[in-house]
Amino acid sequence: MNWGWIPRNLGLVAELTVEHSWLALLPLLLGLLISVPLAWLATRTPLARSVLVTATGLLYTVPSLALIVMLPLLLGLQILDPLNLVVALTIYTVALLVRSIADALDAVPSVVVAAATAMGYTPLRRFVAVEMPLAIPVTVAGLRVAAVSNMSLVTVGAIVGLGGLGLLFTDGFQRDIPAEIITGIVVVLVLALIVDALLLVVGRLITPWARTGQAAGRQR
Amino acid sequence: MIEFRGVTKRFPDGTVAVDALDLTVADGCVTVFVGPSGCGKTTSLRMINRMIEPTGGTILIDGADIMAGDAARMRRGIGYVMQQAGLLPHRSILDNIATVPMLLGWSKARARARAAELMEIVGLAPETARRYPNQLSGGQQQRVGVARALAADPPILLMDEPFSAVDPVVRESLQDELLRLQAELGKTIVFVTHDIDEAVKLGDKVAVFRQGGHLAQYDEPGHLLARPADDFVDGFVGRDRGYRGLGFRSHRLPLGELTTTSLGSPAVGNGAWTLVVDDASRPQGWCARRDGADGTAVTAEHLVPGGTLYDVTSGSLRSALDAALSSPSGQGVAVAGAGRVVGSVSADDVLAALASARAEEAAA
Repeated sequence: MNWGWIPRNLGLVAELTVEHSWLALLPLLLGLLISVPLAWLATRTPLARSVLVTATGLLYTVPSLALIVMLPLLLGLQILDPLNLVVALTIYTVALLVRSIADALDAVPSVVVAAATAMGYTPLRRFVAVEMPLAIPVTVAGLRVAAVSNMSLVTVGAIVGLGGLGLLFTDGFQRDIPAEIITGIVVVLVLALIVDALLLVVGRLITPWARTGQAAGRQR
Repeated sequence: MIEFRGVTKRFPDGTVAVDALDLTVADGCVTVFVGPSGCGKTTSLRMINRMIEPTGGTILIDGADIMAGDAARMRRGIGYVMQQAGLLPHRSILDNIATVPMLLGWSKARARARAAELMEIVGLAPETARRYPNQLSGGQQQRVGVARALAADPPILLMDEPFSAVDPVVRESLQDELLRLQAELGKTIVFVTHDIDEAVKLGDKVAVFRQGGHLAQYDEPGHLLARPADDFVDGFVGRDRGYRGLGFRSHRLPLGELTTTSLGSPAVGNGAWTLVVDDASRPQGWCARRDGADGTAVTAEHLVPGGTLYDVTSGSLRSALDAALSSPSGQGVAVAGAGRVVGSVSADDVLAALASARAEEAAA
């Protein structure tokens, strides 16, 4: 195996890693911003919920390759425009997040919502200050799945010439450099693990209340 | 003043929870809504702050229709305490209490200072301020709930079965605390419970609801026990209502002589029992005559525990009768001031006082 490929191409790997990261993470952020209002809408009525959760869930079943090839036609963009990939991955993120955020919002105890209402929260302020914070732990769990999924899906973009570290797969395959392919796999894996760990840590830091309560009910 | 005028609540499924309710809640009093489940007491309470909106009639607070104006804004002016405290799990105790002041636009510092003040008023230790609700016991959480409801100093307090989820000992201390707070604050409190004993203990007036959202009787607790309006109220008020009703009558009782002695002195007097008191003449227990008859000193082994005490300053006929019935000698111990023995009461005296109180009422 030609391991010498790695030291000779460190610059390329670093460049592709940066590209790969934002191609995966920008859609994660956009997907979150779109999913929160959709999930809120889904919790309003049972009809809205079944329509939204089913529709967004179906999006995930669209094969990624087909989506990436079709989006330029639908959006009128150049086939090599990275925006195509961002839109595609945003769609997958929404597909994963709407259901988990809607579930998280449903799991907020109704007694807490009633108490907040009785204190004089307006519905919007209650959503922002009470319901959404309490939905954070489940939302973060959904984000971690979407982040890892995005990290791997970015590589599919390599088929149409964009795809961050995925280019190492296509290039390595065409030129028969296994070390290049293995490097791609390992870096994608490490990136996914890092992002997953970061989300976990940030999620814990912003929900200090979720780590208390072992002593509940023992003191008066 | 809160007025219900022909208020009806019919739910979409056709159930009538409250049917043409007419009722006036007076300012500065504790008004208790009590009744079996499904009687509409909770629905009636929740209509006051529009958590449930009436389908007919009007509710007026100080003459203004509650349906005029913004619901959220109105709710900030009414304290609300619910059954499972309903604290915000992601906020510290201090910030939970500061919720309504913050909604009203107070600065964070002022709202928190007010919250700290309330923690002291309701008896929460300052070190709990930074804890989260799930680190507190049910009783403590309920205190936080009361503090939160009082934070913006609203004139009206709605309490929806606030003490029914805590154990009986904690419940009793929370009830006593509420009465103490109310004596200081003089809020207009509407309190819902299914427990008639709680209703009678806390209420200045008690509204008994029956199934279908009808008001069965609206009266002072003493009257409720003495003269239930009908069989439903009679059955709901329950057993021993005559005895419990004595708790709402106080009448001057003639105090009898009581021979006392102290530990180390011989028993004296001619009765079968002698009351043993300490240096400050507080009761210690009873000593039977035969134990001290030979002139030997009374020791701790001779002591028979006494019954309940009748406090002449605040005592009701119920506590006088109980003191007499629970005393081994049949003489209830009457105390005053710092628990100093002032005399005795007998069951006969209590019954005689009751008879004369009734005669006075009949004549009036």
